[in-house]
Amino acid sequence: MFDLDRWNEIWYALAKNKVRSLLTAFGVFWGIFMLIVMAGASNGLKNGIVEGVAKFATNSCFMWSQQTSEPYKGFKRGRQWNMDSDDLAYVLANVPEVEYISPKNFGSRMNGGPNTIHGLKTGAYNVKGDYPEYIKIDPSTILQGRWINDMDIRDKRKVCVIGEKVCEQMFDAKENPLGDYLKISGVYYQVVGVIRPETRININGRAEESIFLPFTTMQQTYNMGNMVHFLAVTSKKGVPVSVVEEKVKNIIKLRHSIAPTDVQALSSVNIEKEFQQMNGLFIAIGILTWIVGIGTLMAGVIGVSNIMLVIVKERTKEIGVQRALGASPRTIITQIMLESVALTTIAGYTGLSLGVALLELVNKVIENQPKTGNEVFFQHPEVNITVAVAALIILVLAGLFAGSIPAKRALMIKPIEALREE
Amino acid sequence: MISIQNLHKSYVTGNNSLHVLKGLNLEIAEGEFVSIMGSSGSGKSTLLNILGVLDDYDKGDYYLSGKKIWGLNETQAAITRNAMIGFIFQSFNLISFKNAMENVALPLYYQKVNRKKRNLIAMEYLDRLGLKDWAHHLPSEMSGGQKQRVAIARALISNPKIILADEPTGALDSQTSLEVMEILKEVNDQGITVIIVTHEHDIASLTRKIIRLKDGIIGEVITNGDLQSYRDRIKQE
Repeated sequence: MFDLDRWNEIWYALAKNKVRSLLTAFGVFWGIFMLIVMAGASNGLKNGIVEGVAKFATNSCFMWSQQTSEPYKGFKRGRQWNMDSDDLAYVLANVPEVEYISPKNFGSRMNGGPNTIHGLKTGAYNVKGDYPEYIKIDPSTILQGRWINDMDIRDKRKVCVIGEKVCEQMFDAKENPLGDYLKISGVYYQVVGVIRPETRININGRAEESIFLPFTTMQQTYNMGNMVHFLAVTSKKGVPVSVVEEKVKNIIKLRHSIAPTDVQALSSVNIEKEFQQMNGLFIAIGILTWIVGIGTLMAGVIGVSNIMLVIVKERTKEIGVQRALGASPRTIITQIMLESVALTTIAGYTGLSLGVALLELVNKVIENQPKTGNEVFFQHPEVNITVAVAALIILVLAGLFAGSIPAKRALMIKPIEALREE
Repeated sequence: MISIQNLHKSYVTGNNSLHVLKGLNLEIAEGEFVSIMGSSGSGKSTLLNILGVLDDYDKGDYYLSGKKIWGLNETQAAITRNAMIGFIFQSFNLISFKNAMENVALPLYYQKVNRKKRNLIAMEYLDRLGLKDWAHHLPSEMSGGQKQRVAIARALISNPKIILADEPTGALDSQTSLEVMEILKEVNDQGITVIIVTHEHDIASLTRKIIRLKDGIIGEVITNGDLQSYRDRIKQE
């Protein structure tokens, strides 16, 4: 196997027709290159999206009220209704699978014109009323101060937590926002915290441009009564969200005299399901990558096989002589196979290296871009070691496969016929 | 050394069957120097292929050195060829990218002798054939006579019992042909059986026994004593 003569022969066979060998090798090179680049790109897409949502609680669902679509218990269809604060306690008491329940109300919106004043500065932001639990569902980094706590809720304190952008825009860099006051829709609130969102999931506007009030404060200050606009619920460990979603919705519908079959009145989003769909999408992209990549590789390998057939044909006489001199069929097969594997492996390895190099380059370029908070959904395009090893194994197998038909052909050469051929 | 009884061989191509050897009997003792002659189609190439374990036969018996050659698979055939038979071809059939020494060493390569050792032995054989200085030349840099001498060295290196030469002088001028025949004679003098297939009468007449094939059987065997009269006869022809 490691005899110099053998490699000499391989080199001779490939170098005899350099252009042809190069073109053949290019087929394999391109196949593996494509495979690596596509696998890397799909990983980049996946990383980009997953990084944006990874910290979001996957065991959560959200629901909000809409007009009813069915008449029920004497009510007409098309009735406007709202969830209320009593629902919260009721759900907690009657659905043991619920981990957290966090209501959310929406105040004035940023597109409604400037609603926030601090000294001489004014700004337009989304105002939301939240529960302490919400930060466990949609995590944020607390840059300064704290998040809304239970006492804020109980005492309906006039405090607020502001997004990073709000802080930048409403306060000078030298100013400490904590303890200072913001006038929001006509009412003063003391700033108790500054946050930076960790996910890119935004409910009613981006979190960094939002102001968060204690839920109860918001209800009271802006005359919302005990109305609840929006409800976030998470399930306990081991319980599928869909179970909780179904139970909570049924209870709420029952309490508000809504037909159990009415799907419009209480709309909901199940994050678990969304994640599963997204995962399905990634798996599909992955499968597609491999199908296309392996298809391209196959085309290259068939090219190698083809050229090996030509080489065998060209060397018919030589093979005949070798056999007359006592080369065993095994020697001949090994020779052809090694040639094929050498060609595919060298070409493939080059493709692998260049593919990885390209991904590294793209990664560097992306990493060097300044963070704008508006990042593209494309991060860390890379292939892991498993893919690289798999690709190498595929290459060697492909080489063996490509060599098998020509080797068989070489074996069928009868020394007599080869020698007779002039 | 070689014993053949009632040998039959046909080539089948599609519906046509060509009966080439039709019950051939042949005995060649160890150390003989034999030429096989015959017009084209007489079956001499076929016989050579069977003698060289390059082809199988349909019916009959072929004993090589007391061992029946029948039903060998390719690997066994390769081993037999490697150990028993040295081939010399009309067109030399040296491997073009190997130098003279590597070409000579080739049969030992197939015996898995290591490179250093086999090249050393190859040099010895090249020296014996007066080609030591050409050891590192490629076949394309040598004359026909030199190439055939390399081929003879290659045939000898595995210490065969038999040398089978298929038209060994066919591609050489008459002077070189005589030189090659001289070498083959020396080889024969060392006790190796030499069998030459040729259609040249004067080459055949340099051997000690001429076997003329005719229509797939032995037409005539001319042995040593008759060679002079054979020479006279072919002059008249």
